[in-house]
Amino acid sequence: MNEMSPKGAQKHLDFEKLESVVIRFAGDSGDGMQLTGSQFTSSTALAGSDLATFPDFPAEIRAPVGTTFGVSAFQINFGSTRILTAGDDPDVLVAMNPAALMVSLGYLREGGLVVVDTGAFSKRNLQKAGYEDNPLEDDTLAKFQVIELDISSMTLEAVKEFGLSKKDALRSKNMWTLGLMLWMFGRERKPIIEWLKSKFAKKPEIANANIAALNAGHAFGETSEMSSGIKRYQIGPAKTEPGLYRTVTGSETMAWGLVAGAKLADLKLVFGSYPITPASPILHLLSNLKEFGVITFQAEDEIAAICSAIGASFGGALGVTSSSGPGIALKTEAIGLAITTELPLVIINSQRGGPSTGLPTKTEQSDLYQAVYGRNGEAPLPVLSTCSPGDCFFVAIEAVRLAVKYMTPVMLLTDGYIANAAEPWKLPEIDKIKPFPASFAKEKTGDGDFNPFQRDPATLARIWAKPGTPGLEHRIGGLEKSFETGHISYDDDNHQKMTEVRAAKIQGIENDIPEQKVALGNGKGELAVVGWGSTFGPIDQAVSRMRAKGFDVSHIHIRYLNPFPKNLEKLLKGYKKVMVPEMNMGQLSTLLKDRFLLEVIPLNKVSGQPFKIRDIMSAIQKNLKGRSS
Amino acid sequence: MTEHVSPEKLTAKDFASDQEVRWCPGCGDYAILKCLQRTLPELGTRPENTVFVSGIGCSSRFPYYMATYGFHTIHGRAPSVATGLKLANPDLDIWVVTGDGDGLSIGGNHMLHTLRRNVDLNILLFNNEIYGLTKGQYSPTSHLGTRSPSSPFGSIERPVSPCSFALGSGARFVARTIDTDQKHMPTVFKRAKEHKGASFVEIFQNCIVFNDAVFGEFTNREAAADLQLHAVHGEPLLFGKEREKGLTLNRDKLALEVITVGQGGKTIDDVLVHDETNPILAQMLVNMAPPDFPVVLGVLFCQPAESFETSVTKQIAAIIKKKPGASLDRLMRQGRTWEVKA
Ligand code: SF4
Repeated sequence: MNEMSPKGAQKHLDFEKLESVVIRFAGDSGDGMQLTGSQFTSSTALAGSDLATFPDFPAEIRAPVGTTFGVSAFQINFGSTRILTAGDDPDVLVAMNPAALMVSLGYLREGGLVVVDTGAFSKRNLQKAGYEDNPLEDDTLAKFQVIELDISSMTLEAVKEFGLSKKDALRSKNMWTLGLMLWMFGRERKPIIEWLKSKFAKKPEIANANIAALNAGHAFGETSEMSSGIKRYQIGPAKTEPGLYRTVTGSETMAWGLVAGAKLADLKLVFGSYPITPASPILHLLSNLKEFGVITFQAEDEIAAICSAIGASFGGALGVTSSSGPGIALKTEAIGLAITTELPLVIINSQRGGPSTGLPTKTEQSDLYQAVYGRNGEAPLPVLSTCSPGDCFFVAIEAVRLAVKYMTPVMLLTDGYIANAAEPWKLPEIDKIKPFPASFAKEKTGDGDFNPFQRDPATLARIWAKPGTPGLEHRIGGLEKSFETGHISYDDDNHQKMTEVRAAKIQGIENDIPEQKVALGNGKGELAVVGWGSTFGPIDQAVSRMRAKGFDVSHIHIRYLNPFPKNLEKLLKGYKKVMVPEMNMGQLSTLLKDRFLLEVIPLNKVSGQPFKIRDIMSAIQKNLKGRSS
Repeated sequence: MTEHVSPEKLTAKDFASDQEVRWCPGCGDYAILKCLQRTLPELGTRPENTVFVSGIGCSSRFPYYMATYGFHTIHGRAPSVATGLKLANPDLDIWVVTGDGDGLSIGGNHMLHTLRRNVDLNILLFNNEIYGLTKGQYSPTSHLGTRSPSSPFGSIERPVSPCSFALGSGARFVARTIDTDQKHMPTVFKRAKEHKGASFVEIFQNCIVFNDAVFGEFTNREAAADLQLHAVHGEPLLFGKEREKGLTLNRDKLALEVITVGQGGKTIDDVLVHDETNPILAQMLVNMAPPDFPVVLGVLFCQPAESFETSVTKQIAAIIKKKPGASLDRLMRQGRTWEVKA
């Protein structure tokens, strides 16, 4: 799919037609590669291609210029077919300096195209990148097609008239490059020009310089085509469902999903959070949605963040908190409090590489144990996961629904990849989602003190009484409560009973969630590849390709990780083998073994990079030796 | 129960829950509980609009004994839970009950930020200079040399002064009182409740079991007159049996000094007048300690400013006014969208 091989390509006028292309933009942290990538993404989406992106940037905000650890990259896979991953191997690498080339060349497929800015290949930069000899002069790039351009000086030339300092003028290098790439892949400049104008509305000279650079890069492609050997490629629009689309990141959809969920539950949203990578964008986005009555509270730490959300829920609002693994660890005691006081709460974990500070900007799925098991005492809670940027919207709503209906904290697992990656998304019709308004106790029934632990016999959820309501005054807390009265109880039998009731309440959610479906393939057979979270894309594409080759393999994607869907055990036991690819050392594998005594084949990766489709394909092949029909 | 009773008719009984109080006999907490149950109805408080939020420790059992709403949370975090509660419903009258360990050790960070944000909460810090619930270890307010199970040879940490900490954190209401002073305590509670914003009240509370009489030097009846100074806004800072002693400012040393009116040429005009809006004076007053100085009590600092939840609510209201009729559908459809035709 991602091959730009001449075999599959048809010559059409000056365009070469391709199904899909993977481009990796790589440069210094200060080169604006994330911006270049996201603008290229917008223009590509507007042209109707399906796409997936992978922003891959360092943890340092501004690492020393020109160093390999300061390289920031943005990968985009786009095409006229269904695109679910950011692509295994880039077809095109744009390297803005030697360090970017050093770091990224290994990703490029053999025969791929390298575009380099020779203006940045100074002796000093080569040294900083760790090159002893200039790779443009030896055989380092022998296996690739290379386009060497002095982008730096062409940019300086293009923006000369704006009288910027050299340093400022060079900042437009990325726009020059973007202009060239837009030309190569037949994408529009207009949306980007509009964006530059609005972004730099207050600094028109910067806007104009950037636009000039963008146009110059584009014009360069047009005029120097013959002599430079630069070709143009054509990627048609993808066949997608009709509707209105836009590109979204997982952070955006998560924020919108929370707003939608609160509205459907008819509750005020109080979001308590503390800045942490890669979860902060949700805090930023919600802080900017005050016209929806959203209250955001940037707390002094992770603990205060979750405690403020718990306090809000006690007050009859919807408390939500968000963090990443290390922050969730700090919130753990408070999660226990929300479990035992049975208050609704949504906890979002944008997972990153661990343990401890780990790899803040790299993605991992290693907080599943933490989510399911990581608390003191018997403390079960529902755990949900999202599989793509667009999916976050619906899972956020579902988390709110379960939290409110079952009076429980709900853990929602997403990850850094989903949070930052962009994909085209068909805009949902919110009116079509069934509301689930929260209900509050109105008046006291029975004699004596009001008992806040009266339960709905069907869901086992306790009654929710809002402070401010006369006659319903009550006290709750972290100490064990009497099943009968809700008052403090140290009685042994009562503790046994309360523990069982809390567990049964969570387990009962299995009756309220959809049955497990097969994402791709058959309901039984030789091999099921089971995943959760952001591995959806590579697993689905791998299974799809192996099925096309005749292998009996199916894809099962689990969204509800605790409790599991009721039919999951039976479904999985219908396959001879179950393989679980995960970006951890086997946490879902453990969970499946724990719950179903199921033998599973783990496939683990914790390199900070998403799975490649071929990693999974070869694992499928290995486990289905000779079973191709 | 309470819903049809007009505020004037409520009594202490309407604020007492049916739960058996479980502090040690003779604990100072009883006196504080009784005093609040008695004072709240006098202030026109409604039980349904009142919430007591606490952390962990002896004092934090407080909410269970009040017939109001209550939340016994986790160690040190009551101010954070209370902040979220206040944001969710700014109309509630919220009291945070905490101790020296809960509020200044494990929860010191939250105390700092809650005070600087000026969330409208009434924070009562029961200071008994010891960890009671865990059986008597020294606390962050214990004086140097306190012998306890975890400091058998005497503690070697310098203590924090709660009121000084509160002032340093930017608290806009700081007051002090004593558990046994049933006349003084209600006046402080009243002022704390009236103050819109974070009200910080330190209560010297006697732990009869693990730290008995640690404040005895200035709380016992004989010493009270000479070692307690009741500061009142606009009145001279006088104390002593005949109110013959007063505080003056030694301008050369920039320090307070005790003088006796009518001695050494000092007159009442030399005595400083309490100005509760002056943070520098407040800081000097809270740091006074026997034997050379009296312990200051009363409202030491009060300078209201807009409370946190008010600012939050106002900002949201202003934005809603500017962008009325917010629609998520519209928001999501803004910007670069494209149509895929069937
Ligand atoms: S241990 Fe001390 S503070 Fe705690 S209840 Fe007993 S006397 Fe009161």
